[in-house]
Amino acid sequence: MNADSILERGPLLVRDWLVSFLPEPARWLAGSLLAITAVIVAFASLFALLTLIERKVLARVQNRPGPNRVGIPLTKIRLFGLGQPLADGIKMLTKEDIVPRSADRVLHFLAPVALLAFAILTFAVIPFGRHLVPVELEAGVLYFFAAGAATELAVFMAGWASRNKYSLLAAMRALAQLISYELPLLLSVVPVVMLAGTLSTTGIVERQGGWTFGLLPQWHVFTPWGAAGFAIFFVAALAESNRSPFDLPEAESELIAGHLTEYSGFKYALFFMAEYFGMCALCGMGVTLFLGGWQAPLSFLAFIPSYIWFGAKLMTLLLAFMWVRATLPRLRIDQLTRLAWKFLVPLALVNLGVAAFWSLSADWTGAVRLTRWLIAAMLLAGPFVLLGRKLTAGLAPRIYRYAT
Amino acid sequence: MMALILIALVTLASAAAAMLLRNLIHSALLLTASWAGLAAFYLWAGAEFVAFAQVLVYVGAISMVVLFAVLLTRPPQPMPVTPPNTLGRALVALITGGAVLGVFIGAIVSSPLPATAAPAPTVSVKQLGLELAGRHAGALLIVGALLTVALLGAVVLAATDREPVGASLDDVRGRPPGTPLQKSGDAP
Repeated sequence: MNADSILERGPLLVRDWLVSFLPEPARWLAGSLLAITAVIVAFASLFALLTLIERKVLARVQNRPGPNRVGIPLTKIRLFGLGQPLADGIKMLTKEDIVPRSADRVLHFLAPVALLAFAILTFAVIPFGRHLVPVELEAGVLYFFAAGAATELAVFMAGWASRNKYSLLAAMRALAQLISYELPLLLSVVPVVMLAGTLSTTGIVERQGGWTFGLLPQWHVFTPWGAAGFAIFFVAALAESNRSPFDLPEAESELIAGHLTEYSGFKYALFFMAEYFGMCALCGMGVTLFLGGWQAPLSFLAFIPSYIWFGAKLMTLLLAFMWVRATLPRLRIDQLTRLAWKFLVPLALVNLGVAAFWSLSADWTGAVRLTRWLIAAMLLAGPFVLLGRKLTAGLAPRIYRYAT
Repeated sequence: MMALILIALVTLASAAAAMLLRNLIHSALLLTASWAGLAAFYLWAGAEFVAFAQVLVYVGAISMVVLFAVLLTRPPQPMPVTPPNTLGRALVALITGGAVLGVFIGAIVSSPLPATAAPAPTVSVKQLGLELAGRHAGALLIVGALLTVALLGAVVLAATDREPVGASLDDVRGRPPGTPLQKSGDAP
């Protein structure tokens, strides 16, 4: 599609039209505020919708209808339970906010606020469309992970400020998990930065443009190192956003919801909001880094505006997250850390080497290109099989003993 | 200028509060806030890359190391009691503080400042990366090794002041009923 067509530039035109009512000095500020408002409104409503979609998807997998009672208030119209998020929000707002007597009041209050603030900050550098990136930074990828790294601090604050042994223990476990998986997450991104030669998110998306044979996309995920990197990124992102099967931090059945034990009312809702925001941001980053960002999947589909493609890819990844949650049981803490340190980190390092090979063999032409592809795939498959065997050596098959 | 003063105030105030508070966790968190203030200063000065690296490394990682160190190490039992506000302490504090202040003032006075404002150098992230991985690769590796050694040292410190697990278990099993679990030390 033409980069300057009316549909592509639509959101920008609306912004410029709205801003044009203001005097010149206030325009820049108003434009920024509009972008911030748009991001927050869009993702807050997506959050509301996602809570419903998630429950519906889980219900569908478990062969039950899911929430389907709440519709439009004061009528008999149910609309598949579309009113559920609204009802949940009202419930959370009207619930009593309990702060334990011996809790550290300031930190207890600050923890959810800090978590949400940092989660929202990460949206700033994601290119939502061809012209739609809230802040263009030269070191955008670095900014994203810097803002994300601060969430660990908020989890610790929540656990410590509650003055509850379950909260503190769970917070320490959550930190161990977050720090462990930060490493494969960052290492899986390094090849992308290396091959694209830039830390800017828009630059990385533009590098994935163009078509093989005039039809097929050139996204990073379609190269051997990109596929491996995306797999590592996906697993690490699941763990970083506390999603099942890595949802140990809140583990309702073992740690009575972990660092959230002493939270109630809207503070509790804020934690969940931050979690969903973090999930959306990580999925958005995954789309940007590996799945071609706002680029269309096939050349003749490029007439659909770029932001719609971004949204479709984002929703696909989010649904994949839900699918994983519905399918896999929760890992134990030792299995969790073993997977990160003994499998994902070495594999990510191998992937770095493969990316270096890919970069050095970029000038291979003709039929040798296929050999290049095969060599890179073999270089990854070998360590994958060996590491996987070593990881489960002596541990599988697992024998389950039941209490009699 | 207004922004710089605000950033400096926040950074210095949180650093001062981190020193003055008795609660170690509060101190650690305020120290983190002070590091974040430094990152804001870098951002104000136009050093984008350094600012994000500061947040990633200090606010994200080093703060965690500090918090883990605080939570995993135990204060020596019993706590050494030093009388507060003695003349000796005040003297030592004055001498140390004065020495540091002297070094700083000396450095500021002796460094030549250009009379006219020099144009801000524009360094792209790519240039920074090439410099770091080329000319200064050795320094980068040394810093990495240093941090790893520091981390390992912290782990050793945290691990060695614990009693052997088997012995304490035997103590618990062998004790006559009715006696307290431990005679001294921390609460069970």
